[in-house]
Amino acid sequence: MTAEMKKACPLLQLLHVSISPKKMPTRLLVNDVSFSIDAGKTTCVVGESGSGKSLTALSVMGLLSKQLQLNTGNIIFNDGASGEQDLTSLDEVRLRKIRGAKIAMIFQEPMTSLNPVLTVGYQIGESLTVHLGLKGDALKSKIANLLTMVGIPTSRANSYPDELSGGQRQRVMIAMSIACEPRLLIADEPTTALDVTVQAQILKLLDELKSRMNMGMLFITHDFGVVADIADNVVVMFRGEIVESGTKDEVLGNPQHPYTRALLDCVPDAEGKKPLKPIDYAWLKEGKAA
Amino acid sequence: MSNVILQANHLVKTYTQRSGKFGFSTTLVRALDDVSVSLTEGKTLAVVGESGSGKSTLARCLLQLQPLDSGEVLFAGQDLAKLSGNDLRVVRKNLQMVFQDPFASLNPRMRVGEIVGEGLLIHEIGKASERQQKVIAMLKRVGLTEADMQKYPHEFSGGQRQRVGIARALILQPKVVVCDEPVSALDVSIQAQILLLLKELQAEMALSYVFISHDLRVVRHIADEIVVMNRGKVVEQGEVEDIYQYPQHEYTQNLLAAIPGKKTVNA
Repeated sequence: MTAEMKKACPLLQLLHVSISPKKMPTRLLVNDVSFSIDAGKTTCVVGESGSGKSLTALSVMGLLSKQLQLNTGNIIFNDGASGEQDLTSLDEVRLRKIRGAKIAMIFQEPMTSLNPVLTVGYQIGESLTVHLGLKGDALKSKIANLLTMVGIPTSRANSYPDELSGGQRQRVMIAMSIACEPRLLIADEPTTALDVTVQAQILKLLDELKSRMNMGMLFITHDFGVVADIADNVVVMFRGEIVESGTKDEVLGNPQHPYTRALLDCVPDAEGKKPLKPIDYAWLKEGKAA
Repeated sequence: MSNVILQANHLVKTYTQRSGKFGFSTTLVRALDDVSVSLTEGKTLAVVGESGSGKSTLARCLLQLQPLDSGEVLFAGQDLAKLSGNDLRVVRKNLQMVFQDPFASLNPRMRVGEIVGEGLLIHEIGKASERQQKVIAMLKRVGLTEADMQKYPHEFSGGQRQRVGIARALILQPKVVVCDEPVSALDVSIQAQILLLLKELQAEMALSYVFISHDLRVVRHIADEIVVMNRGKVVEQGEVEDIYQYPQHEYTQNLLAAIPGKKTVNA
């Protein structure tokens, strides 16, 4: 694939995606969301709880719960090899070939998203066996490689999740997700449950992997500090809608939407210079009056 | 020199942990290893550290929710560690706690009015009607309404539940409140509201806070003094300004360097 082609078609494009409960098709939990992710770039989706950021990520993977439905919209995935594919129109069998192999996901809770009765080595190897058909020594050495890559001693491949710390478990999750060298990595608040020092390590690791493997990354967070550290592009969501999107410098440096400004205002800073401000919803009323 | 309201000297607390094959042997984990802290009246003392550093154990030991192995906790001249039963209960009226998880720390089967008023009932303060008035006043003060008394905890959002937790802690008009990660389970937008509420209440009711947190950005805004803990030991303590400007210990420097958002944004 040439450089021009890469520019012409982004890795992932969400076009007018709307999600609602099946029983209430008029109640839109995600409303007309469109954005795109380029290979080798990180797009951060920011918002409060309930803003629809996790649902958006799940819809890309086709993992929405049975009570929910994708009302409208297309999710175009283009990894360069097999051309443009609309993930919303694929059946379960073809979707399964993409999940884990080309699009991988890191979940929020490292404590609950690993299977407690399987060793971490087995869990990392599972997607390698399924997608690449690796077996025996080849599989073992690949698992060892992955563990080294995320900074866990290879001897821990036979450990069970409960024998690892929270940070190590999240590293295992990362090793699992990058096992098949996906083109797109979706990370749903991967560091929220971790200590600051561990968080800094994990963010650095993800950033390195992204550059090395030229992955696109969809990073969901509510922490603007994290956004400032790793994002290329930022999408701000509020009550299911995108209120602002743009490059990191545009959104954080010169926020246009009052909600983005209000949200940025209530983030405490490490210098303690900024006065603490509760979030201000005054703009909501102004918008309605106008 | 202002008054020290709560003083802890040489606290030691160890846990035994199963180890070895099949957990036949045990190892001692020192959660608190000779920890001494003091809280000045009307001030906020923040305790920071990573998970496993012993900060929550310190919080619980200060209030005698867990027995200490050795050491003393002095409140108004009394050693809390030596008090027992009734005496301790009387003193505890002045020592309250706000817990970390607003979803787990409220009894799901009690109405909010009962939860907030339970302290008054236990300490037999006032008549039923007076108690009710106090509960209503307290709920209003933390930003809830009189109608909320009849609701159950599951009917509230995380931020509102934390308000209930604060109302429950403050209704007895305590002197010292220990807040164990009160905002870490909340959204940033709600965090600031709760922090400001805590600050306002501190000024109004002359409260002294012990504020446990792992978020150094939050601590910067609420604390007067800081204690940095690592593996059960206090590695550094001092005024907020000093610690943030001139961290002495390597561990403190690492913690400060790990705060996200260091990269500058070009407008």
